[in-house]
Amino acid sequence: MATHEALIRLQGLRKTYNAGLPNAEEVLHGIDLNIQPGEFTALIGPSGSGKSTLLNIIGLLEGGSGGSYHFAGRDVTAFNDEERTLARHQKLGFIFQFHHLLPAFTALENVQLPDLIGWQRGKSEAQATADMRARAAQLLDAVGLQDAHHKKPQELSGGMQQRVAIARALVLSPQLVLADEPTGNLDTQTSDSIFELLRRFNRERGTALLIVTHDPRLAARCDRIVELVDGQIAADRANAVERS
Amino acid sequence: MTALGFELTVALRFLREGRMQTMLIIGGAAIGVGVILFITAVLTGVQNDLIQRVTGAQPHVTIKPPEELVAPLVAGSADAPRLATIQARPQRLTTIDGWQALARMAEMTEGVLAVAPVASGSALAIKGDASRSILVLGTDLERYQRVVRLDDKVASGVLQLEPGDALIGIELARDLGAVLGDRFRVQSAQGASEVFRIRALLDLGSRDLNRRYIYTDLRAAQSLLGIPGRITSIDLSVRELMGADDVAGRLRAQSGQLIESWIQNNNFIFTAISNQDIMTLLIKVFITIVVALGIASVLVVSVVQKRKEIGILRAIGATRRQMLNVFLLQGVIVGVGGALLGSGLGMLLVVVFSHVLRNAEGKALFSLHFDYRLIGVVVVSAAVLGLLAAVLPARNAARLDPAQAIRG
Repeated sequence: MATHEALIRLQGLRKTYNAGLPNAEEVLHGIDLNIQPGEFTALIGPSGSGKSTLLNIIGLLEGGSGGSYHFAGRDVTAFNDEERTLARHQKLGFIFQFHHLLPAFTALENVQLPDLIGWQRGKSEAQATADMRARAAQLLDAVGLQDAHHKKPQELSGGMQQRVAIARALVLSPQLVLADEPTGNLDTQTSDSIFELLRRFNRERGTALLIVTHDPRLAARCDRIVELVDGQIAADRANAVERS
Repeated sequence: MTALGFELTVALRFLREGRMQTMLIIGGAAIGVGVILFITAVLTGVQNDLIQRVTGAQPHVTIKPPEELVAPLVAGSADAPRLATIQARPQRLTTIDGWQALARMAEMTEGVLAVAPVASGSALAIKGDASRSILVLGTDLERYQRVVRLDDKVASGVLQLEPGDALIGIELARDLGAVLGDRFRVQSAQGASEVFRIRALLDLGSRDLNRRYIYTDLRAAQSLLGIPGRITSIDLSVRELMGADDVAGRLRAQSGQLIESWIQNNNFIFTAISNQDIMTLLIKVFITIVVALGIASVLVVSVVQKRKEIGILRAIGATRRQMLNVFLLQGVIVGVGGALLGSGLGMLLVVVFSHVLRNAEGKALFSLHFDYRLIGVVVVSAAVLGLLAAVLPARNAARLDPAQAIRG
């Protein structure tokens, strides 16, 4: 542990909503959690256990109310909105349950969006534009959407939309991808293929993944399972299966 | 899509996505802009027509010699009032001393377009048994044309004033039973008399003027009125018609002569026009406010509709500043789009109504030439207006909490 730095280190993390009000509610009661670079972790637990809140905090979408959070050795506990936004852009990728593509953009454009957000005018514009496009096209090919580059999300099936979302999450080569029930509304066959895709990127690129899931079949195929119950970690075990 | 940068790309896509809303609000802005341009064109036309009618044969500003006043030899004071009957003096035909220098000074005064010396006085026009009381106005035609245009008032004949020539009102010609080329005699109150040949008949826009005015060359009028080498007034035209009083004020301060502007002489018109301007300004302001509120409300709705998309963009790394700009840009685009479309609409309205709205002579009330600078001003103002209208919705978009927005 001392030699190589944990990617995520949470110590005594708490989260209270409506702090100071009569309806204040603490949903995370002191979480201690380390995640290593390249780790493929499932986060499971019943509804209302605080999974989504924990995912949002790790994903720097919101801050905690107590405890500390270190990302790749950096204390991000007290980051302001701008610092969190920058870190999300550079270090993190997101895959949501309902795909959450932008309906007005084609598949290829959706994948380019993270690049475009950080795009600076001026320096060899044409080259940068071409690079951006090539990167997005390559990823879409890698997720098996060679023929759907110029389709709008509503022209794609649920599984295909989720593949676009995966490509978008990976386009800037993040250190960690957070997935909130990425196969939640897909049939089992599609779920499996999506899961395999995530697994492949995890192995090929060494991208760490943290997946919230209700599906015990999928959880069982991750390296590690963290179970959250009532805002506390109830179980944390390594999975020996499927390490080939 | 990359060439436009993130903010503009997303702004345009959002507008295209909400096609119906976008079209409605651009349409609304266009109608507002079109109506503003149309009212401006019509009103300018109506006012110019009115002013033209009133000032047609009048200079904008006139420099006259000071009136002759009666000053009591022994003045009274508050504690020792004196009884005195002050009888107003009859005003003789007075002339301006050193008019050449004065004319040069007037020419240099800010806002003055042109200057012309005039010798004028009353006389009798006689032809056969007919005699009519007239006003002789002697001037240098070339200079006078730049003060009061006569070429557009010629009913027949040639605009030319050689010695012995006269231009007379059409009613006067009828009264004298004279036609173009006829000679008639003019006898002044001073007893001098001269014969003129009619070179042109003028329609000065009012029956009264047409019945009384004759124009001659300066020298003829001077000798007729018995004031050789001298003049009775200097007539001026000014750059800004509605600013004639300001020019008059400047001249008054410099010359010490009696200065009259067309505004003083026709105060009722000036007041009417000023009131009209205030009313239309009010209408324009309200139209502008309505357009701004329309843009703002459409964008407020759009932010609510696009909550989730804003949340995603924020999650994948778009900053608050970028989201703010996305919506500010939408305001600007809608404003500019509306202004361009509205300019077209305004021009169309002007063309259509120029066939409908006509003045007493049946001529179009306003000119068809559109002021393109005005369109430039309108487009720029619409961009600013759109930007301001978008401030509130854009701030809402920027403040959205991404975690909450994505959740639903």
